Amino acid sequence: MRIPCPYCGSRDSSEFSYRSDAAPVRPAADAPVSAFHDYVYLRKNPAGLIREHWYHASGCRQWLVVERDTVTHIIEGASLAQGVAR
Amino acid sequence: MSRLATGGLIDRSHPLSFSFDGKPFTGYAGDTLASALIANGIRLIGRSFKYHRRRGLLTAGGEEPNGIVTIGSGAYAEPNTRATTAWLYEGLEAQSQNRWPNLAFDALAVNQWLAPIFVAGFYYKTFMWPAALWEKLYEPLIRRAAGLGALSALPDPDQYDRMHAFCDLLVIGGGPAGLAAALTAGRSGCRVIIASDDAQLGGRLLSERQEINGREGRDWAAEIEGELTSLDNVTVLPRTQIFGVYDGQEYGAVERRIDHLRASNGKPRQRLWKIHARSAILATGAIERPLVFGGNDRPGVMMASAISTYLNRFAAVPGQRAAIFTSTDSGWQTAADLVHAGVNVAAVIDSRTALPARARELAGAGVECLSNAVVQDAHGRSLRRITIGLEGSRTRTLDVDLLGISGGWNPSIGLASNLGAKPSWSDRLSTFLMEGGPADLHPVGSAAGHFSLAEALRDGAQVAGRIVENLTGQAPSLPQWRCDDEATDSAPLWHIEHRTKAFVDFQHDVTADDVSLAAREGFVSVEHLKRYTTLGMATDQGKTSQVNGHALLAAATGKSISEAGTIRSRPPYLPVTIGALAGHHREASYRPRRLTAAHHWAAARGATFTDAGLWRRARWFARPGERDWTETVYREAEAVRSGVGVCDVSTLGKIEVHGPDAGTLLDRLYINTFSSLAIGKARYGVMLREDGIVLDDGTVTRFDEDRFYLTTTTANAGKVMQHIDFARQVIWPELDVQAASVSEQWSTYAVAGPKSRDVLQSVLSGIDLSDAVLPFMGAREFRWRGKPARIFRVSFSGERAYEVCVVASLGEALMEALFEAGDRYGIIPYGTETQTLLRIEKGHAAGPELNGQTSAADLGLGRMMSKKKDFIGRALSERPAMASPERPTLVGIKATAKGQKLPAGAHLMVDKGAATPANNQGWISSVTYSPALDHWIGIAFIKNGPARLGERLRIYDPVRGNEGIVEICSPIFVDPEGKRVRG
Repeated sequence: MRIPCPYCGSRDSSEFSYRSDAAPVRPAADAPVSAFHDYVYLRKNPAGLIREHWYHASGCRQWLVVERDTVTHIIEGASLAQGVAR
Repeated sequence: MSRLATGGLIDRSHPLSFSFDGKPFTGYAGDTLASALIANGIRLIGRSFKYHRRRGLLTAGGEEPNGIVTIGSGAYAEPNTRATTAWLYEGLEAQSQNRWPNLAFDALAVNQWLAPIFVAGFYYKTFMWPAALWEKLYEPLIRRAAGLGALSALPDPDQYDRMHAFCDLLVIGGGPAGLAAALTAGRSGCRVIIASDDAQLGGRLLSERQEINGREGRDWAAEIEGELTSLDNVTVLPRTQIFGVYDGQEYGAVERRIDHLRASNGKPRQRLWKIHARSAILATGAIERPLVFGGNDRPGVMMASAISTYLNRFAAVPGQRAAIFTSTDSGWQTAADLVHAGVNVAAVIDSRTALPARARELAGAGVECLSNAVVQDAHGRSLRRITIGLEGSRTRTLDVDLLGISGGWNPSIGLASNLGAKPSWSDRLSTFLMEGGPADLHPVGSAAGHFSLAEALRDGAQVAGRIVENLTGQAPSLPQWRCDDEATDSAPLWHIEHRTKAFVDFQHDVTADDVSLAAREGFVSVEHLKRYTTLGMATDQGKTSQVNGHALLAAATGKSISEAGTIRSRPPYLPVTIGALAGHHREASYRPRRLTAAHHWAAARGATFTDAGLWRRARWFARPGERDWTETVYREAEAVRSGVGVCDVSTLGKIEVHGPDAGTLLDRLYINTFSSLAIGKARYGVMLREDGIVLDDGTVTRFDEDRFYLTTTTANAGKVMQHIDFARQVIWPELDVQAASVSEQWSTYAVAGPKSRDVLQSVLSGIDLSDAVLPFMGAREFRWRGKPARIFRVSFSGERAYEVCVVASLGEALMEALFEAGDRYGIIPYGTETQTLLRIEKGHAAGPELNGQTSAADLGLGRMMSKKKDFIGRALSERPAMASPERPTLVGIKATAKGQKLPAGAHLMVDKGAATPANNQGWISSVTYSPALDHWIGIAFIKNGPARLGERLRIYDPVRGNEGIVEICSPIFVDPEGKRVRG
């Protein structure tokens, strides 16, 4: 499987490490504990397109948001997480 | 000998000697083991899996279920090799399998008379009671009786290689359709890889007598192969089996480099290819379908296409008097091939009512042509006679020693279902096709149901043309060829009335009766049938049996074949040796090794090394005369406490964090505060995961307002780097801060002991190391031998200690300098065991304590958690269960009896009371003998531990049988006031 790293180009997936669903956002410091619980533990697990965090550990060390279809495993694209978050 | 005097693709000037079951034979270059055995008149090749029935060759290709042998001997022995795809080489040794005492007389052949026991699901029915006997008696017996070849159990002496490749078009298969496709795309300039499991390209053209453009098909194929080889943008991979289709348009392949030569000359035996292809063409051809009648497994019953292959390609004659039983037009071609080769053909028995046009030609050659007839039973240990069922329930017999069978053609579409697509049934062709497979994998030719040569050539060129047009935007001109249109009609024939066993899956001994029994017992889906009868689960993965089995199941359950469906196939399509998959990742090269800059210095000093992740670390430095490692380690520990020792700690993770917001980021990463850290100071810090569990610990040093340096444990160096990058790139991208790993750039040495400063001062003569300038937790930068260097006054041992960092290229030089200067102070090197002993004496947490289950409070570090700021893990640490005093918390324990050892990993129970979960008070994480105290000590996690000092607990260690009483105490055993570390 290959991941199109926006920085390094199309690279083998073995260079990357997977984290999880990119949707959850860390709550603000004053948010209740329950919000942190949801952030850490609750995931949607959709059948279809999902945006995920992958880390190009053996490459540019950038965190990416990778769009992947969980049904077909087709990777639709990837962007720098830093750009997405900003 | 059963070899034709002329013809075939064998080199009669190049004889090869080989042996089968110890008997010597001769074949020719170009032979497979199978064709050479046939040419030598050998019909019996193996014994079947369950009934130990006599079996001969059924096919001439990779789908072979019967001709499974062990090739080679000793460490080179490779069991379960298909004789049909093993190329003959000088000195090849082959052994038959699954027989005892020998192939001709097999004691376990008695199994076939016990057949009523060995029906489908016999394991589940027969060996149910008493259950205790399963493991000790039944399973070992079954494993011995129902086996294939045995592994040598010796290390594989061969080498294996690995290649990665990229192409625009991968053509899987080198038959006519594959050649047409590769040529079309190759001429257009696309990057093409064509892989064929055969030694030369041509596929069926090598086995048949077809003509293209008025030339023999095999000559045409050789010419196309020549043109492909001459094109720079085309890679031809003969002897290469594509075994799997993977996500992201990736294809796995094994190239058999020297299996046909055996003499390796140091070259790799096989090469594993990972091919990334923008598109692929599946030109894998089709596999002929057996017919299911009584005794259809007897040696001498052979696929019609295999007979043609043996005759035309290998000039090997599999019998003297033949008959053909067919429901296809292609079966008649084999009859013509036999006649052409001068073999006596007694009859062609066609189940269809109308005979094809060429029947007249064969009748003219003296062949009896029977329509509306079937073969019901085959007789003889090796085939001698067949019973033919004619119209109106009449039967007659015919004496033959060779029966060619042809029940239709199944496109080889297994690879196309690897990613989950389901084949669909074609009523028109009476076979499964892959129509909804991966969008970038295109079946062509026979694999797409285009069974005639003319159609296959046209289809291959057209599909390749469309692919090229998609890739380049330009339609290429399609090559065209002339050839006779052959008749390819067939009518499926699933059921034949029979009296004796009729086999569906030859390799796993699944009969037609087993399939109907399974259906009667309720196993009515193809997936249930597979698991219950093991149909299609042998090493051939049901290439000849699957469709017949599913058709019979459909009939038994009253469904259409389309409704019953068929199964999907998983990689590998054909067996792949583990050696090829492992490649060079074995023994010393199993995984990469990381060596510190002073590794060879340590090795020369007699270090014993241990693995720390990928790193090799010195464990201890034994001296001549030391009894065992404990003596060494106790000596090293005492030397550090009384003098000075050096430990290579270069494996610790090292990270630079720079930028105006560096302090802010570190405050959010660690539980304690770093934005207030003074320049030139180091501080111990703990990081949590967001769920409140400790991730890692280490020191953070500030060298400038915006420049920090932090260390991690050896194990977590990569994980912490990733964590920091996530925090600064994803959680808080607004922070102006950069981070970089410098683990490889610095070499670090811990110099520990009361005399450490004296040694360092003489090595670093220009630097003031006085306590006023460099107090405990002080740090400074300097240059050593013209290169940047750093010194930190931090301690893991509880003694006055320093960590000195130099650029890795000077690491060994610094080690040498330290020992030169330290000689008069009695300096010693120490390893990880002594480091552990010293840190346990000080109650410092390390790997066994940071085990992914402990919180900061569990480690006794709860008070380090800042209440004034947010940090990763703060919120979830506040959950009631995480803050409960009932959580096991870090304490010290000590042995209560002289000489009593403590076992790490043991649980601790209340002193009086049963060993029950309710009485479980915690566990022991780390232990050591303490030379300073002369008894065993340890670190333990005890419920509410710090409030229970002085209490006694009982060791519970049932697996290892340790017993004893420990006393809970402070975890700081040596110098609790911390005077020594401050000097």
